[in-house]
This record gives sequence, C-alpha cells and structure tokens, in this order.
Amino acid sequence: MIYAGIDIGSSTAKAALIKKNRLLGTHVIPSGYNPLTAGITVFDALLEKVAVSKTDIAAIVSTGYGRASVKFADKAMTEIICHGTGAHFMNPDIRGIIDVGGQDSKAILLDKSGQVENFAMNDKCAAGTGRFIEVMANALEVSLDQMGDFSLKADKPSKISSICTVFAESEVISMIAGLQKRENIIAGIHESAAARVAILAFKINIKEPVMMTGGVAKNKGMVAALEKRLGFELIVEDFAQVNGAIGAAVLASRL
Amino acid sequence: MSDKSSDPKKINCAKKMRDIMTTYYLDAMTAEQNNKQVAWITSGGPVEPLVAMDIIPIYPENHGAMIGASKMGEDLCIKAENMGYSSDLCSYARTDISCSVVKGGPIGGLPKPDMLICCNNICGTVLKWYEVQARYYNVPLFILDTPICHTRYSPEVAKYVRAQIDEYIVFLEKITKRKFDYDKMALVGKLAYESQVLWQKVLNTTAHKPSPMSAFDAFFFLALIVTLRGTQTAVDFYKDLLAEMKQRIKDGISMVPNEKHRLLWDNLPIWYRLKWLSNKFSDHNACLVADTYTSAWCGAIKYTDKNNFLDSIAEAYTRIYLNIGVDQMANQVLDMIKFYDVNGFIMHSNRSCKPYSFGQMDIMRIVREKTDIPVLMIEADMVDPRNFSQSQVETRIDAFMEIIKQRSH
Repeated sequence: MIYAGIDIGSSTAKAALIKKNRLLGTHVIPSGYNPLTAGITVFDALLEKVAVSKTDIAAIVSTGYGRASVKFADKAMTEIICHGTGAHFMNPDIRGIIDVGGQDSKAILLDKSGQVENFAMNDKCAAGTGRFIEVMANALEVSLDQMGDFSLKADKPSKISSICTVFAESEVISMIAGLQKRENIIAGIHESAAARVAILAFKINIKEPVMMTGGVAKNKGMVAALEKRLGFELIVEDFAQVNGAIGAAVLASRL
Repeated sequence: MSDKSSDPKKINCAKKMRDIMTTYYLDAMTAEQNNKQVAWITSGGPVEPLVAMDIIPIYPENHGAMIGASKMGEDLCIKAENMGYSSDLCSYARTDISCSVVKGGPIGGLPKPDMLICCNNICGTVLKWYEVQARYYNVPLFILDTPICHTRYSPEVAKYVRAQIDEYIVFLEKITKRKFDYDKMALVGKLAYESQVLWQKVLNTTAHKPSPMSAFDAFFFLALIVTLRGTQTAVDFYKDLLAEMKQRIKDGISMVPNEKHRLLWDNLPIWYRLKWLSNKFSDHNACLVADTYTSAWCGAIKYTDKNNFLDSIAEAYTRIYLNIGVDQMANQVLDMIKFYDVNGFIMHSNRSCKPYSFGQMDIMRIVREKTDIPVLMIEADMVDPRNFSQSQVETRIDAFMEIIKQRSH
C-alpha cells in the first residue's frame, strides 16, 4: 500500500509518498495561482518520478493553506498535525518543531508518542515568516537562495527595529541608501525574523531536540540567527521543506 | 472535510425574544411622545433603580453587538476613525460614537438619552466614551466608580461604593423631578434577582450531555438579562426558556447533532462571525457549551440579597467577572471547565476589550497547569472585522480540534 501527502503552501506545493513506513519520494513545485492545479501537478510529477501508478495509491491527505482545494484528497488536515506527524515519523526523538513557511510560522510541542501537545502560530502579521525574508530579498536584489550565504559573511548585523514588514522594508531601503554592507543588512533581517519566531517557541516552552521544518529551513542564515536567539541547536534535515507532506502521507496511512 | 451537519432543531423561544426586543426598542424610540425618559447605561451598570423610576434603560453595548451581528461594524468604525478616534479604541465605543452622528446601524441609531449612567466595573474606556456622549447630547452623566477587587471587597470599598448608590438615587430624583419609590425598588430588586437566578439555571442546562443549546444561543438570549433585568417580562421569558431547555433535554434534542466534544469560550463573541464559527465547530462535532461572557450577568448573585437589594448591589456590581483579580477569574474558569465537563478551552483575544483580554495569558497558563485540556487563543475583535483573518483562525481551530480528537482516541 502506498500513501500520499500533498501540502499546498503559500509559496510552494509539496508531495510525498510512503510505502510500508518508508519514504518513497518527494517533489516540490511553486504553488502558482490555482491550488488545485498545483496539487494535481505536484502529485502527477511525483508519481512519474517514482514510477508509481495512481491506482496504487491507497489514500491521500492534503494539508497547508490550500488543503481544502485539493478535492481529490480523502481528507484535509492542518499543517500543525502534519508537521508533527512528519517529524515524529522521520525521527521519533523529536519533541519540538519550528516550522517557518511562506505565510505562517509556528512552534509545535510533541509528546513522546508524537502527538501534538501544544502549538503557537504567528499573529496576523508577516513578520517572522518566509514572506518577510522574500520581500527583503527583493528590496536587496538578492535571490532567496543566496540570502543565507550572504548573511553568514556579515561582520556586524544591522539592527532592524520595525516589526511590521512594510515599515521594515523602508528601513532596509534607507540602510541601502546609507551604504550599509548588504551582508550586514541581510543578517539583520534574519535576526529580526528569528526574534519573532523564537517568541512562539518560548510561548509553548519548547523541548529539545527541536527540528526546523518548512522552506525557510533551507536558509542557513535564518537557521543560525534562530539558534543564536533560542540558545540551542536546531536539527535541519534535507526533507525540511517536504516534512508537512510526509506527515500528511503518514496520516493518510492511518485513515 | 467532514460532512455538513444536519440542521439542529431551532429553539422556539427565539421568536418570542425577538418580539420582546422589538417592542423594547420601539418603546424607547417613542419614549419622548409618551413622556418617558431614556437613560443610556453601561452593560455592567446597576439598571434596577432606573427600572424602579420608570426610566427606559438603553445599552449602547447591546446596540454595538447588534451592529456587529448585522455586519455594519466596519463602516461605522471607519466613520469614527474619520472623526479622529483611534483604531485602537474599543469598537463598541467607536460604533456608538459614530452612530450617534450618522444615525446609521441596523435600527437607525439609538433614541436620544436624557441622562447617561456609567459604571466602570467593566472597563475604563466607558468613562471617556460616556463623557464624549454627555458632551455630544448635552445631558447629565452619572459615574459609579467601582474599584477593582483584586483579592477582596474591603470595608473601605464597601463604604465608598454604597455611598455612591445613594448619590445615584439623588441624581435620578433630580433629573426626573420625582421622589424615588423605595417600595417599587424592592419589587424590581426581587425581579432582577429572580431573572438572574433563572438565567443561571438556563446556562446550567448545558451541563447536560448532549447540550440542549450552545454558547452561540446564549449570546443571543443574553439580550434580555442585560436590557430588561428587573422586569416581569424578563422573569417570564427565562421561565419559558428554562422550560424549553428542560423539554429538549427530556426529548434528547441537542444543538450540535453529533456532540462529541465540548468546549468553553472566553471573552465576547465575534459578532460578525457567529454563524461561521458555529458551523465550524458543528462540523467538528463540537459544541461550545459555555462561556465566561454570558455568565457575567448572573455571576455575582451570591452577593445579592433580594430582601435588601439596594444595600447589596454595591457589592454585587463591584465584584463582577471583569472587576476581580486574574487568580479569581482563573478560578471561575476552572470551575466552569469542571461543571460543564469540557475538553477544550478557546480564548478570544479581543482587540477591543482590554480588561477582558489583558489577563488571558495568565489564565491560559493556570488552566494548562491545573487541567489537562488544550487551550487555544484566537485573535479577533468583537465588532471590527478588519481584525479578523479567516484562514488563520480556521487553521488554528482545525488544528486545535485535531489535537482534541487525537486525545479522545
């Protein structure tokens, strides 16, 4: 039996397949305009990649902001439970998760059996989300993938005082005008976002070991800034971005 | 997603209440023609002396709830902001202030007041809000100052508040140019007491599993205990409502058809999203069985002496839910969690209501320490929909319900 998980986030759509408690494969594409189309596309592409037929799929769970749009899924579940389940499936020791996605950031506390004990999410504000970093990358004419490398070369991170993304962007623009080093500005951006995310972790008294998931986990600068703020190391795996889809596939196997 | 639940059996008393409320507002609208006076009063203010003096009490906060429920809040809030009021100001205050000027809202504005009665047991905002209205309408304002009772009701506070009750009566005698009728006051006091006892009994019926009504119904049926407390109408109505609830229990009728999970709600309702929220919880087979808000209108009965009403209301009005210490509030929440046997607690962090939202983080921590039920906080506003983000609230509620379902397995 093969089970599928489809995670439609605000920036990317992810799919994962599992078979007999083993990860078969994953795939990521940009979400684009239509969440249902994104769901179909990412699912079909993954099936082709791992050479599995649609008829072999026993159940599908969808998650993420577009979860309700994935009409062909058997059930829609939230990112919180999917990230919790995914992390526990990949590493049963994990007790805490910090998931920073495009639109949402969240901290999740798991009990020993992998069940969600508590969670906290960002409020109605983009600060501390992937979107915040994306807006800043645009202002700095740096690609999102380069943000991490740039910030690791900073000698003195700039101080971003505005919490609001819109105001922080104009602050960054005046820093650019003031000829501050791009590396330092980027490091400052990461520190500002990390401070927002860390609040969520402290709010739920997160327990170690903590895994970082979501697309932003690929950003080394953000991970470093978060670790500095939290005072402990984060576990970042290759599957960080698709962790929610993996969790959805695991939950599909339990339907 | 889960199947849409079948329509629950409606509560018959709802129509009766709508009729009573319509009559009440019509009476108030035509007060001047009938040589009656109108007093605007805060929701937590002592209304009984007004009823005893045959003055029609009008509640801007009840009106605010109506504005919110009819989704007219955003427009009126913007109008107040255009007048110069901050968007951080309570949305009841903003809509009331702008509605007075533009005569908008679902009933075209409230009848002009002859006097204003402001009791600060619910918040500090009402002081400035009522001062603004006293200037706008050029009418006298009476302020009843009830110090916060963090731990106890001290003899000094008792003396201070009791003296103001006498001043209140002198104020009413002066405005109406009539003598205060203490005999009628005793009768009104008994009716007020009786209606509060009945309201508590109505709320208690939801301890039954499955619950015959939900907090969403309580938010609606609350209107009478707020506006017509101290009248025979309110007593008769709640007798009927209680009887209907008892009958529903007998007949096995529940508000949520497949009630599996029972939840407690904290803070004011999100008036413009009642239906959406109610359906959301029903879809999860969850019933909001109780809330800390509607019980605030009977929470201080224990301090009320129906045979010595005037003396006892000083204490009863001072020791209401929003005017006590956070530890005491948390104790009430813990009692409710136990009494209604709920398996989840949802806190509405209400941008408008500062005194209600201020201690919530502490109450959340206390509930987590003393019970094993999950607690969720959602951020919104009671009337201003610009502070509500549907997809974010939806994800939080869905995730919260997933946790509850996981635990009940």
